[in-house]
Amino acid sequence: MPESNDDRVLTFAAAINEATEQAMAADPTVLCIGLGATDPGGVFGTTKGLVEKFGSSRVFDGPTSENAMTGIAVGAALAGLKPVMTHQRLDFFLLAMDQLINSAAKWHYMFGGQFQVPLTIRLVIGRGWGQGPTHSQNLQAWFAHIPGLKVVVPSSPVDAKQLLLASIHDPNPVLFLEHRWLHNIADHVPVEATPAQLGKARLARIGDDLTIVASGYLTLEAIRAVDYLSTRGVACDVLDLRTLHPLDWPAVHASASKTGRLLVLDSGALTGSISGEIVARVASEQFSELRSPPRRLAQPDIPEPTSLGLIQGFHVRSQQIASEALDIMGLSLADVAEHLVAPEPADAPGDWFRGPF
Amino acid sequence: MTTAESSTDQRLLASMLRIRMVEQTIADRYSEQEMRCPVHLSIGQEAPAAAMSLVAEPADYAVSTHRGHAHYLAKGGDLSRMIAEIYGKVGGCSRGRGGSMHLADPSVGFMGTSAIVGNSIPVGVGLGMALQIKAQPNVSFVFLGDGATEEGVFYESANFAALRKLPVIFMCENNQYSVYSNLEERQPASRRIVEVARALGVPALEVDGNDARASHVTVANVVAQTRAGAGPALIEFETHRLREHCGPNWDDELGYRKPGELASWLKRDPIKALLDSGTFDPEWIESTTADIRTEIDAAFRFAKNSPYPDPAELAEDVYA
Ligand SMILES: Cc1ncc(C[n+]2csc(CCOP(=O)(O)OP(=O)(O)O)c2C)c(N)n1
Repeated sequence: MPESNDDRVLTFAAAINEATEQAMAADPTVLCIGLGATDPGGVFGTTKGLVEKFGSSRVFDGPTSENAMTGIAVGAALAGLKPVMTHQRLDFFLLAMDQLINSAAKWHYMFGGQFQVPLTIRLVIGRGWGQGPTHSQNLQAWFAHIPGLKVVVPSSPVDAKQLLLASIHDPNPVLFLEHRWLHNIADHVPVEATPAQLGKARLARIGDDLTIVASGYLTLEAIRAVDYLSTRGVACDVLDLRTLHPLDWPAVHASASKTGRLLVLDSGALTGSISGEIVARVASEQFSELRSPPRRLAQPDIPEPTSLGLIQGFHVRSQQIASEALDIMGLSLADVAEHLVAPEPADAPGDWFRGPF
Repeated sequence: MTTAESSTDQRLLASMLRIRMVEQTIADRYSEQEMRCPVHLSIGQEAPAAAMSLVAEPADYAVSTHRGHAHYLAKGGDLSRMIAEIYGKVGGCSRGRGGSMHLADPSVGFMGTSAIVGNSIPVGVGLGMALQIKAQPNVSFVFLGDGATEEGVFYESANFAALRKLPVIFMCENNQYSVYSNLEERQPASRRIVEVARALGVPALEVDGNDARASHVTVANVVAQTRAGAGPALIEFETHRLREHCGPNWDDELGYRKPGELASWLKRDPIKALLDSGTFDPEWIESTTADIRTEIDAAFRFAKNSPYPDPAELAEDVYA
């Protein structure tokens, strides 16, 4: 009997570390590469100890050359390796758009299915603590817009582990988006290396009144809001998408047709967002089933400023979610602020986050 | 020592002391949790900035990186507005939008710093191109680190600067590290950044970047040639970052530097080196230091007293 692991708790970062380690141990073609992969910090702890276990031909740091290194990983993947690339911020990876979009996402299709690019790219989304305009962007909709890419957005330690394993096993290029505010979240994580299924959402809360579609960090904020809403007699589905492409449309449609009310949360900018896509599809395919107009909460169409003074209310948080939900239900918002206290200071996920990045 | 020489020494020392004391104060106060943004200090790397400060004219341009405090100050950027920016205040040089990594003071030709490695290199080349097209007798300083020379955009930008003989000075501060990664992990041992630049058609010089005098002479010569129409040049300053990559602390306990490496660079501290090799009137040092202290205290007071930007202004500045 394996050691019982029902109550084993790991942080989100440790779960990523464990998934990578298990994938590397099981499959000698898996590599872990990227700036900081062998650092003392180990990319927020996610790559710690790997170079000691697997050596510097499979785990390595490298030059500050995102575009070239991405193309190199594509080449390695074409030749049968499974690179897992890490980037400390999604924003740094923008230098690699050519290799991502014109190589990684196209090679399989462009050559008539003769090739596979089993490449996993981990991108950290930095938020708060003055990360500012170029260290905080969540361009998830961009990536989901590119045919040939898969986009994974874990919200919990167990999902981080199982979705990363699935991403590594997947024969396609997969972008794995990690919100910086999740790295320290701890929860039960099974020891077994069981991959999740990409493209399957998870119902994190069940209720008949309203569907809240969330993903990544916003799932946590949604759950906080929904737990409060239940005390107000409002029962919500919280659908944690887990992958944005492929997106679990059957799950979205099923919940929307059950509740007839839809609120979509998005940690990207509103215009051109995933939330726009979800509202569009539900509205065009299930219009007659809806009891009220679908709504969205997303980031404003504004770069994220560094100043604490400007960041008040910038990020979607549980108070806003609950207020929006009550408004959809036609209920009073009067005591929301009392029950869902806005976090102080607004630019950090909790007291434990003390900078500098 | 002639008066002219001693005044050059004094100006270099004053410039480096000012940068050092500003950053030391940032480090000392960072734990108060009021400077809520990443900060990358240049403690130990002040000499190239100081060298430029003696040569640059206000109409020259400069751009820099995440580690840009020294360059901003050396180009004449307003200290109070820089500190206010780090505090996220409306009086900041970027009105609280950008923080420590996004400093600008166009009134003195300091056209911005970027948090994305390599990002400001082509921008600096474009500024140089504008100077050339407008037939202005000025130069554009592009500060970059050794890590940035690994980005494709460095090669592409240097190529264009060489092609068009643009008045661009690439100020490459080689501190051997990109975050915790030594050059050894990133570039072949025999590689010299100056040779890469030369191969691209950009004349290049190496200088001890902890020797403020040598740095100054080199910058002065190169800038004079570029002003006279010689086209771009790269200066590689060999130097070292004494504090952690990002944040206020020492970090030698992390063990990414070779044993003894930090200690040997501490001995070569550029301020100490200049003090040891020159003759400075102790009274002058004392009064200079006191003036800088007063200026810094005033800047921090300004920053703390400046209000946060009104959240209602959030959407301003998205479009011009
Ligand atoms: C495109 C990009 N990749 C990675 C990073 C993360 N990063 C921030 S600073 C830095 C080090 C760059 O080294 P160098 O250019 O030598 O400058 P230094 O920090 O040594 O001054 C890195 C890799 C980034 N900001 N941008």
